[in-house]
Amino acid sequence: MNGDRQNDSLTESREELWQALGEFDESRAIAVVRRALGTADIKQTHDIDASTAEQMRAAGERVLLDLIAPAQERVGLAWASNDITVAQEHAVTAISERCVAAVADATAPALFGPFTGRVLVACVDGEWHAMPALLVSEVLRMRGWRVDYLGAQVPTEYLVAHVQRTRAQAVLLSSSIPTLLPGAHNAIASCQSVGVPVLAGGAAFGPQGCYARLMRAEWAPDARGAATLLGMSPGEPGEDAARLPDMDLPHLGDQEYSMIRRSKLQLVKQTLSDVEEGFPEMRRYTATQVERTVEDIDFIVSYLATAVYVDDPGLFTRFITWTADILSARGVPPRCLHPALDSLLGQLKDFPRAVGILAAARA
Amino acid sequence: MVSLPEQKKSRDARPAASHRDPYPAVTVDAAGIVLSHNEQAGDLLARIDVGAALGEVAPAWLNEAHLRHANGAGKELSAWAGGRIDGRPVKALAGPGADGAVTWWLVGESAPAGAVRELARERARSGLLQELSSELLASLNLERCMAVTVQRAAEHLADAAVVVGMGDGHSFPVTRCAERGPVAQERVMLEPGQLPGLAEALLGLPSVSSRWIDPGQTPSWALPDGFVEDAGDIGSVVVVPLPGHGVPAGCLILLRHRREAAFTPGEESFAQLFAARAGAALSIARSYARQAHVNEAMMRDLLPPAPGRVHGICFSGRYRASVAGDRIGGDFYDLHPADAPEAETVAVLGDVCGKGLEAAVTAGRVRQALHALLPFAADHARLLTLLNTALLSAQQTPFVTLVVVSAVHQDSRVRLRVSSAGHPAPLVVRACGRVEEVPAEGTLIGAFDDVEFKSAEVTLRPGEVCLLYSDGITEARGGPLGDAMFSEERLRSVLAECAGMPPEVVTERVQMVVAQWVGEGRHDDMAVLAIGAPRGNRPTTEEEQPPERGTV
Repeated sequence: MNGDRQNDSLTESREELWQALGEFDESRAIAVVRRALGTADIKQTHDIDASTAEQMRAAGERVLLDLIAPAQERVGLAWASNDITVAQEHAVTAISERCVAAVADATAPALFGPFTGRVLVACVDGEWHAMPALLVSEVLRMRGWRVDYLGAQVPTEYLVAHVQRTRAQAVLLSSSIPTLLPGAHNAIASCQSVGVPVLAGGAAFGPQGCYARLMRAEWAPDARGAATLLGMSPGEPGEDAARLPDMDLPHLGDQEYSMIRRSKLQLVKQTLSDVEEGFPEMRRYTATQVERTVEDIDFIVSYLATAVYVDDPGLFTRFITWTADILSARGVPPRCLHPALDSLLGQLKDFPRAVGILAAARA
Repeated sequence: MVSLPEQKKSRDARPAASHRDPYPAVTVDAAGIVLSHNEQAGDLLARIDVGAALGEVAPAWLNEAHLRHANGAGKELSAWAGGRIDGRPVKALAGPGADGAVTWWLVGESAPAGAVRELARERARSGLLQELSSELLASLNLERCMAVTVQRAAEHLADAAVVVGMGDGHSFPVTRCAERGPVAQERVMLEPGQLPGLAEALLGLPSVSSRWIDPGQTPSWALPDGFVEDAGDIGSVVVVPLPGHGVPAGCLILLRHRREAAFTPGEESFAQLFAARAGAALSIARSYARQAHVNEAMMRDLLPPAPGRVHGICFSGRYRASVAGDRIGGDFYDLHPADAPEAETVAVLGDVCGKGLEAAVTAGRVRQALHALLPFAADHARLLTLLNTALLSAQQTPFVTLVVVSAVHQDSRVRLRVSSAGHPAPLVVRACGRVEEVPAEGTLIGAFDDVEFKSAEVTLRPGEVCLLYSDGITEARGGPLGDAMFSEERLRSVLAECAGMPPEVVTERVQMVVAQWVGEGRHDDMAVLAIGAPRGNRPTTEEEQPPERGTV
């Protein structure tokens, strides 16, 4: 009952926060967050008894996950529908980060008592979207964990060294970009091989975290799920965890992934020239437009390689559908993806898995 | 371990099947090829040879048993197979080997029953040592290594186990656990003389036989919680040194309950083998931890500061070292806040030629020299000339290029004085999205006696940003086609999209775009430092256009 009322009160705050973010108004965004926390009347640390502290932590978690997180999701959608530029997305995210810091600040007096344990939160190498990892860190902190938050794009070597040094009980690895999966797999296997369980999160790990399971990592759908899973103290990986990552994916034995990765540059160049041939308007493109097109082809090949890596045509089809939506939002007809897929089908005709994946997306 | 019968030296003393084996032994890889065998195996199977197929030199039953083992990884298989060789009944026992190989011990049925049991025990022990080694080597964390050691020891060698690490002479890290119990770790003030053998072990002296240790003297810190009521319930104690690399790594104490049999000499000597493996891993973990600590301490001095807002001016710096996993390199930036709001705050971004630790140390020296020369910052040319003189006089002069900016906030604007010493000119992002080069130029530092500098003045209105960057950004090679330079042109177009954004957004965007440009390719150190005039909280009036986009 109580939860409903609290959620209602957040609905209003959500709209206010969205407006403040839309105007890049940091002070107002933070004011909205402070008001939603309702901690303005608690000034001094010694006022706080255990039950007030409990309330403050609960309010903090709610503001993080039910106010700031949805706003951040909306930012991503606004970019996809071409309502804001990528630079504006950065600017809004910077303000959201300040809002998270404001929550951490306001709830700090409510955090006392012994730590539940120590965990490490990081984004995989190449991952720039740090917001989900930051939210998870703060939620765990409020639930009593000592959290080492390493932020965006953490080189795997540095991640493992940090785990060794701090003896974290678990690593929480965040990634939103599917093409980073092979690197994430390496990070997962490396952490497990030094005896630390890994909990993966983020859109990169696929529907219901299917790719996380493929890589023998635990998976949580969101920050609350991650906290619950950690509470059940995942067991340490056994000695068989020391392995080459590809031992988890026997289909890699056909070398299709390796071949696509190694000849990626060639594939991109050939696809570009095939597309140019079948699409005469391209000759009139400006240099910038050509560069964007090359980038798009590069993405297509990277996603194809990743789909071959995890052996899931769904990954590639979802990407093509998403790209088509992004292009339509920018006034570009999505049918122009076909020549690129056809070119790749021709170039990769000797690779049955890649052909299957391309054909599924082409359909 | 029981003493083994004397063996003649074998022809092929490879580790898996070696001359120490009491019985004919042959190690075969997963594909059925003989990797090694001992002399006894040669006597038993006349045609055996390294590199031969097992199927051609051994009877079919043994080959079939091997194939079952090699293909049935993970399945519970009987370790024993049986058949006849030259008409004599023989039992074959499969032992663990590396990479899917199997070592077969061949025991004649006529062998005494005790010997067969001993062989099985031997097999279990070598399995345990292998398991311990791989588990310990996977972790370079000292505490974790100690925890694994006591857990394994309590499970396989005794009823409870304790590791005493090398302390500081007064307090020692103690790790203890009972079989299947929780592991406890704490620092204990203790006198090594309390327990016979402990002081010797910590000094690296030969271990004291358990027969000479009175279990009743076991000190309370060595008793895992709930293991026994008091030391009187302990039946026997073994104290074994953990040999390290050059220096002792600590000591392993094994405890057995009074109701259990005392340690036999064989068990004691096996405990020493076990301790040797554990000690080696502990000392590797310890030297790794020490190295990490040294790195950390050095790094703290060399890492750039985390800038923020100083006297109404916003700063944001970001850094990416060229060596993966490193956090330092030859690029540097620094911020020297003014004592008062009306005075100038000094920001510097520079590039020492070279990369890695050496370049970082040189960069540290340059930063220190600059710090000392700050009182001359009112006159940039003088400051840079003095720096040049200081670096020229040092041995092995490094070349340095850098930009110095003195900034002050006045009437909601930020005024900058900018000087460059052979460094790429900073770029200013105007509120309208125009990107301008700051016309500051000068000689690089540390190379010539005569140097010349031309400063420039820039005014930033609210929302405008001045970006200092190293050439690692513009010279980064990559892109979808592999080998194109990122170039100043691309940097300018990224900056144009960032019009009106605060400095930390500009630096994040630049660093991200360049990182994606480089992909997995190699790159130089890359540093950016943005200086901005705060925007207040008014929305931008300019319509920001979405970027031009091509199609495929």
